[in-house]
Amino acid sequence: MSLNAETKARSTQGQTSFFKSMWAIVWKDVSAEWRSRELFSAMLVFALLVIMIFNFALELNIRERNEITAGVLWVTFAFAGTLGLNRSMAVEKDRGCLDGLLLAPVDRSAIYFGKVLGNLIFMLVVEAIVLPIYSILYNTNLFQGGLILVILLGSIGYAVVGTLLSSMAVQARTRDVLLPILLFPVILPVLIAAVRASSYYLQGQPMDLIQPSLNLLMAYDVIFSAVAYALFDYVVEE
Amino acid sequence: MIKVSKLVKRFGLKTILKGVEFEVAAGEFVGLLGPNGAGKTTFLRILSSLSRPSLGEVRVAGYRLPNQAAAVRRRLGVLSHQPLLYGDLTAQENLEFYGRMYDVEDLPGRSLEVLEQVGLASRRNDLVRTFSRGMQQRLAIARSVIHDPDILLLDEPYTGLDQDACAMLDEVLLAIASEGRTVVMTSHDLARAANLAGRFDVLSRGKIIASAARKDIPKDGLLGFYRQAVEQANIEMERSNVSKR
Repeated sequence: MSLNAETKARSTQGQTSFFKSMWAIVWKDVSAEWRSRELFSAMLVFALLVIMIFNFALELNIRERNEITAGVLWVTFAFAGTLGLNRSMAVEKDRGCLDGLLLAPVDRSAIYFGKVLGNLIFMLVVEAIVLPIYSILYNTNLFQGGLILVILLGSIGYAVVGTLLSSMAVQARTRDVLLPILLFPVILPVLIAAVRASSYYLQGQPMDLIQPSLNLLMAYDVIFSAVAYALFDYVVEE
Repeated sequence: MIKVSKLVKRFGLKTILKGVEFEVAAGEFVGLLGPNGAGKTTFLRILSSLSRPSLGEVRVAGYRLPNQAAAVRRRLGVLSHQPLLYGDLTAQENLEFYGRMYDVEDLPGRSLEVLEQVGLASRRNDLVRTFSRGMQQRLAIARSVIHDPDILLLDEPYTGLDQDACAMLDEVLLAIASEGRTVVMTSHDLARAANLAGRFDVLSRGKIIASAARKDIPKDGLLGFYRQAVEQANIEMERSNVSKR
């Protein structure tokens, strides 16, 4: 069962490449989810239920619909995203697979960014399905370039912070309730900026008004990616 | 190959390991025995770089932990009672995933090779969640050697296995050990440990309290050696408590 000497000599040097290990984790998450569809179906069903409930609970005229669309959308994405984040890390923890990842000779931030990308892909797929359904139910055109950009930036921020906090929460027995308690206060700037920017886009407001929220989203994504990069090693350390 | 001196591990106010001294030569198979709560798993987690020592020095394959953890991880294979496998991936996909993490070349060939070794080649395209506990543990062995490590750390590998699965695991572990790897195995199953290990160390109350080569222990005498060591440690602990009072 031994490798030949040449192969072994090559493989005993240092860490596996950052991108190779990161993509291995993304591939693993997407392949496993493609088979089980547990995480994706939970997120999607939950998201659809939320927009249905809002649709029936708030009987709105056209003007009011435009005003609340951004809020309803982001509440839906935030709650559905929490379900996904919890499940994504629980899969690693429950069967001890997180230890398997930590035992590999890879930069631990590659593990973190691999999980972030996986979570982001699941969120974006759910959002891509929710948007047309929402458009039909609320009779609102959500397919606008600016709005898509805001959703992308907001989702990145959400996945970046959510993955870090879910890797903390998963260590606790009360992880299901702990994650939203940890996450929502930290993610509040993203939600406020995303709701504001989305709302302005939908109302056709000028770019001057939208730009500060976009800047905040971009700054948040960059800063929290750097913070998570620095902290993840300590978070998963025993 | 492994050298540990004055190792202390604390969790908050509780000290789990209290100055462990431990050394394993290359190619040696050491059975690490001890009662529940003795600190065996904590000790193996430190050797595998999953946990940091509070005090003391740990060297694995000449590299110091935790500073040179990446180099150590590349030369280590770890098998615990949890298989560390993804149920929604096939056996082959699990091995290829871990192989990528270790930068193993010719992954399809290598994964098929280790699957044949553990007798699972015919099930390589089946999802791991359809495997029995014994099959999962055999696949976990394949996972732990996919990168051909020099050192294997086995933490209670027999937990939850029936007799047939244990016997099959014995065969696979013997085959792996015969390839000249250094192996440290914790186990409560003294009979199985007696068949595999060449040396036995007893860890109790956070310290290695006894060590003996298999040739120095009479046949069927491992249980006696183990009990005597643990009882002696308990007596010394009592004496130490009395003198403190």
